[in-house]
Amino acid sequence: MLALAPIKIGDWMVLLLGALGITWATITLWQGGAADKAIIRSSGKIFSEVPLSRNQIISVPGPLGISQIAIHNRQARIAADPSPRQYCVHQGWLKQAGEIAICLPNQVSVELSGRGKRYDSLNY
Amino acid sequence: MTASIIKLETTATDHHIARMAALAMGLSMLEAAIPSPLPGVKPGLANIVTLIVLTRFGWRMAAWVSLLRVLAGSLLMGSFLTPGFFLSVSGALCSIAILGISQYLPARWFGPVTHSIFGAFAHIAGQLLLVYFWLIPHTGLAYLIPIFATAALLFGTVNGLIAAHYLNAPNTGSETPKLTG
Repeated sequence: MLALAPIKIGDWMVLLLGALGITWATITLWQGGAADKAIIRSSGKIFSEVPLSRNQIISVPGPLGISQIAIHNRQARIAADPSPRQYCVHQGWLKQAGEIAICLPNQVSVELSGRGKRYDSLNY
Repeated sequence: MTASIIKLETTATDHHIARMAALAMGLSMLEAAIPSPLPGVKPGLANIVTLIVLTRFGWRMAAWVSLLRVLAGSLLMGSFLTPGFFLSVSGALCSIAILGISQYLPARWFGPVTHSIFGAFAHIAGQLLLVYFWLIPHTGLAYLIPIFATAALLFGTVNGLIAAHYLNAPNTGSETPKLTG
């Protein structure tokens, strides 16, 4: 290819290193961070904080009935909920710190948190 | 009243620097018209001139051209002493500093593309550091690094290729170093 002709061998190395560096930076900087516990809230109050290391199913009472939160394989999800539209159930597994599933009608939420508490909004 | 005339003694080199800086300014004016999705992500076409000057006439002259371009360009754009101006200065200074090191790489293996990529990375590094220490002292800024770095690698490569093509072109070598004032 004529357009690439002036690229010398060192240039290719610099290009490759740059691409690798960017890939590494993207992976490390854009990862939400490992979650190690789930914070379960009911009616705005913390119902319980459970570690993700143990697989379990937790029943949380709300105004409409019982929501079931499943913790499995260091992930958490709302497995069953009496809310009519089931949005929080459809959200599926939460994997990274900062992810949250909220069942508004039943006032139950589960949030994953890592070692450091992350912000959920920024303004300047 | 007699008109007093101040005459600055200028050398042919000064004229050449001015000419190159003007060319670089023209390119930055041109690219100011290109819309950008994110402030700060732009091709940096003016650096093609810096690269050519670096290869042909050395680092001192490239530094002059680069800084003059930033200063005079900001006057033309009306951005002198605005945050954007300081970001440009900081980027240009870092870029020049890195070029001062990378020019010593063996020319057999490393061409303008390498210098361009190093310069582009130094440019965003300088800008982001200034943003962090002056404008937005928040670690959330780190989220933008991959975007800026990708742009730097892409545009750095493209600018380096353009500069390399110009430098390799057969008939430009003889006319440019003719430093007539």
